[in-house]
Amino acid sequence: MKMTTQTYAIGSVQDFLMQIGRVVVAGNVELAVFRTSDGRIYALENRSPHPKGGPLAEGIVSGHFLYDPLYDWKIDLRTGEVQAPDQGSVVTYPVTLDGENVTVSV
Amino acid sequence: MATIREKLVLVGNGMAGIGTIEQILKLGGAYDITVIGSEPHPNYNRIMLSYVLEGSKTIDDIILNDWNWYEDNNITLHTGTTVTRIDEGSKQVITDNGMAVSYDKVIIATGSNSFILPVPGSEKEGVVGFRDISDCDAMLEAAKQYNKAAVIGGGLLGLEAAKGLVNLGMDVTVVHLMEDLMERQLDRNASSMLQAELERQGVKFAMGKQTVELTGEQRVNGLRFSDDSTLAADFVVMAVGIKPNVTLAKESGITVNRGIVVDDYLQTSMQNVYSIGECAEHRGVCYGLVAPLFEQGMVLAKHLCGSDTKPYEGSVVSTKLKISGVDVFSAGEFMDSPEHTVISSKDEWKKTYKKILLKNNVIVGAVLFGDVTESANLQKLVKQGAVMTDEIYSEVMGTGCCGGGAKKGTSVEAMADEEIVCGCNGVTKKAIIDAVTENGFTTVDEIKACTGATRSCGGCKPVVEQILQFVLGDSFQQGAKQGICSCTTLSRDEIVAEITAKGLKTTKEVMNVLEWKQEEGCSKCRPAINYYLGMMNPDTHQDEKESRFVNERMGANIQKDGTYTVIPRMYGGVTTPEDLKKIADVSLKYDVKVVKVTGGQRLDLIGVKKEDLPKVWEELDMPSGYGYAKSLRTVKTCVGSQFCRFGTQDSLGMGALLERKYERLDFPAKFKMAVNGCPRNCAESCTKDIGIVGNDGGWEVFIGGNGGIKPRIADAFCKVKTDEELIEVCSAVMQYYRETGNYLERTSEWVERMGLEQIQMVILNNEENRKELAARIDFALTQVTDPWKKILNDNSTRTALFEDARV
Repeated sequence: MKMTTQTYAIGSVQDFLMQIGRVVVAGNVELAVFRTSDGRIYALENRSPHPKGGPLAEGIVSGHFLYDPLYDWKIDLRTGEVQAPDQGSVVTYPVTLDGENVTVSV
Repeated sequence: MATIREKLVLVGNGMAGIGTIEQILKLGGAYDITVIGSEPHPNYNRIMLSYVLEGSKTIDDIILNDWNWYEDNNITLHTGTTVTRIDEGSKQVITDNGMAVSYDKVIIATGSNSFILPVPGSEKEGVVGFRDISDCDAMLEAAKQYNKAAVIGGGLLGLEAAKGLVNLGMDVTVVHLMEDLMERQLDRNASSMLQAELERQGVKFAMGKQTVELTGEQRVNGLRFSDDSTLAADFVVMAVGIKPNVTLAKESGITVNRGIVVDDYLQTSMQNVYSIGECAEHRGVCYGLVAPLFEQGMVLAKHLCGSDTKPYEGSVVSTKLKISGVDVFSAGEFMDSPEHTVISSKDEWKKTYKKILLKNNVIVGAVLFGDVTESANLQKLVKQGAVMTDEIYSEVMGTGCCGGGAKKGTSVEAMADEEIVCGCNGVTKKAIIDAVTENGFTTVDEIKACTGATRSCGGCKPVVEQILQFVLGDSFQQGAKQGICSCTTLSRDEIVAEITAKGLKTTKEVMNVLEWKQEEGCSKCRPAINYYLGMMNPDTHQDEKESRFVNERMGANIQKDGTYTVIPRMYGGVTTPEDLKKIADVSLKYDVKVVKVTGGQRLDLIGVKKEDLPKVWEELDMPSGYGYAKSLRTVKTCVGSQFCRFGTQDSLGMGALLERKYERLDFPAKFKMAVNGCPRNCAESCTKDIGIVGNDGGWEVFIGGNGGIKPRIADAFCKVKTDEELIEVCSAVMQYYRETGNYLERTSEWVERMGLEQIQMVILNNEENRKELAARIDFALTQVTDPWKKILNDNSTRTALFEDARV
């Protein structure tokens, strides 16, 4: 049970290449942060829901979907839901954009 | 809100039981479900254990339902717990750790155990069955420590175990009581062909031997047979059969014969208690294969959910050996007797055998060896009890030049809706039809994505295609036009033509103009289009990092734990003591887990942390070896005329020259070469994309070889006299492949698709054409740069790609 959330400033929009994920360690949570082509930023726990685990940050981004780098599972960046026929979900964290500044609540 | 749901307890967390639960969930059954299993794992695909042993899958890969699945479906799961008794009076199941779980309905799906021969010594250390993950683990473990193994039992399981142990490097002898392998599934012809093939693959056989004792002190050290001969073995696998696990049923007073006796609705002799799978005995038969489990599960699920169902009337069983490289299949009756009409063909050159048995002209059984493409079809025909016709004959026996094809649609029409099409994932014909009609699917890939059919072993693909064709009817041809991925219906050639015609410059433009269904494409089409654009405009195309697979973007191979493998270039497989020292120093400094020699004569530095990659490259100060890339990997060489007493050509020199010339350029898929100094072929050019063999008067060129997923021996392409000619031919072949290959298509597939003669015509019969191809690859080669250097010189990319932000 997580009782408190903390907000972290994780940099400026420019620190995140379009459609290329980046690992951000916020407190003790490792996040995969993605900037989609519509300018939005999403933060997910950097861990594949595949039984063998592995990182997500290096996947291929399309629209607001991510193809994970190890097993090619398709994951919705907005909800963390894995798309059929695979099953599972990734924890997502809320991201706020204030001008150029990106913050995430973990 | 608080509706009271009936309590369903499933005893046994295996494929049969969980398959039933999945059906119940799909049917919307209103049960509170508890699953109790004695193995410590979630539900896994037992039929794939042989792949785990073979090394092509890991245990994690064969998990069917992970822990989340139970949670998501509100199923209570107790693993590592054994049910000892069902108490009919109090309607409770009692477990070995003292739990009492109330039930309204119980399903017993406790499966079976390995049958361990009751011979002296069978309790010794080093004797296992082949039944579950722990057996599999024991075998993997044994292979590390011991060398000589014996597998008792030449049936399906035994052979799979034996092949697995051979792959693990053990010296394996299969001991079989009968004179024929798999005598319960195969006739003598198929059996002897199978034995010959397995012997070729390194399995030894001791046929007609009855084991009477396992010798040794605490650990087994050998077998003694009834004829008093012996066999040394420090590891023994018993695969002589399975024994339905009926302990619980017996303890609870349920009627048990060989298995737990059930009726046509899988009901046992105890009210509200059902049984299914390998532990159950239906009409006198205990099944040990997967298809019947799904068929029983379907009937039971419907019965428990109160929907109409036909009774279960037994299954036609068919067998496929799962070990790689040996295709055998049998269904129904396979031993011919006087009452059968036998159609058979045996081809000792192609090593294929086909037999179909008819009784009163009805197809009752079949055996296939070597070529099992007709297995799905035959299985269906046997199941339907189809009457043999001229059409079926020409279709399955492959005679009559224009039979088959469109007619195949007719047989799936007669298939029952409930029939399982995909045995690995339990997908029925109806589920496939629903997927097609409800979602408007037109391709096998879409069906795979939605239902999971064809996803595991792929054996059911032909049937899925036929169902698709049957449902779509006339619109099939049109509808089923396969695009390069599900984002488009356009083929590779059409896309390339459009790129030229419309002058498209970026993947984004291509996807936009050609009206992609998913606006920004997917992990299949984006890398492909990025490649086509770069191949067509080597000087102007801006490579798109975001459309590159992680390995190519990072310049190293990602491993399952998220660390990377770095491979420095070693031209022709040659290095120097100085470079070796540098590699050793860097490996120590950055805590590399393993330094491994690759199949292509390079060094793998395995387990480098992502953030260390740029530093590792900087300190190695060597070119990237492209171990990750769709481009020239390595040119493998032998020692050649510089040192070898047989060598007639300088393979080391030529190998290094070719590797330097063609490195870094993108290809449709990875590309491997080999150069040999003499026809002894020590660098194995027969399995390379281009293999070169030196002889006294020049070089011989081979193309289209592959040692990987679909092994293929290279075709002899041409002979040349001079080094210049050799380089020109290589250039032309590579560029022709670059220009006409589908993305991810290896040359082994490309050569077969294009035809060897076509490639020879383009390159060998037309000098002008050959020179133009060579000129085009030379131009493209002027554009390449070393990716490691490039990243080291680009601070912002380096930070964004490799360094984690810490806040």
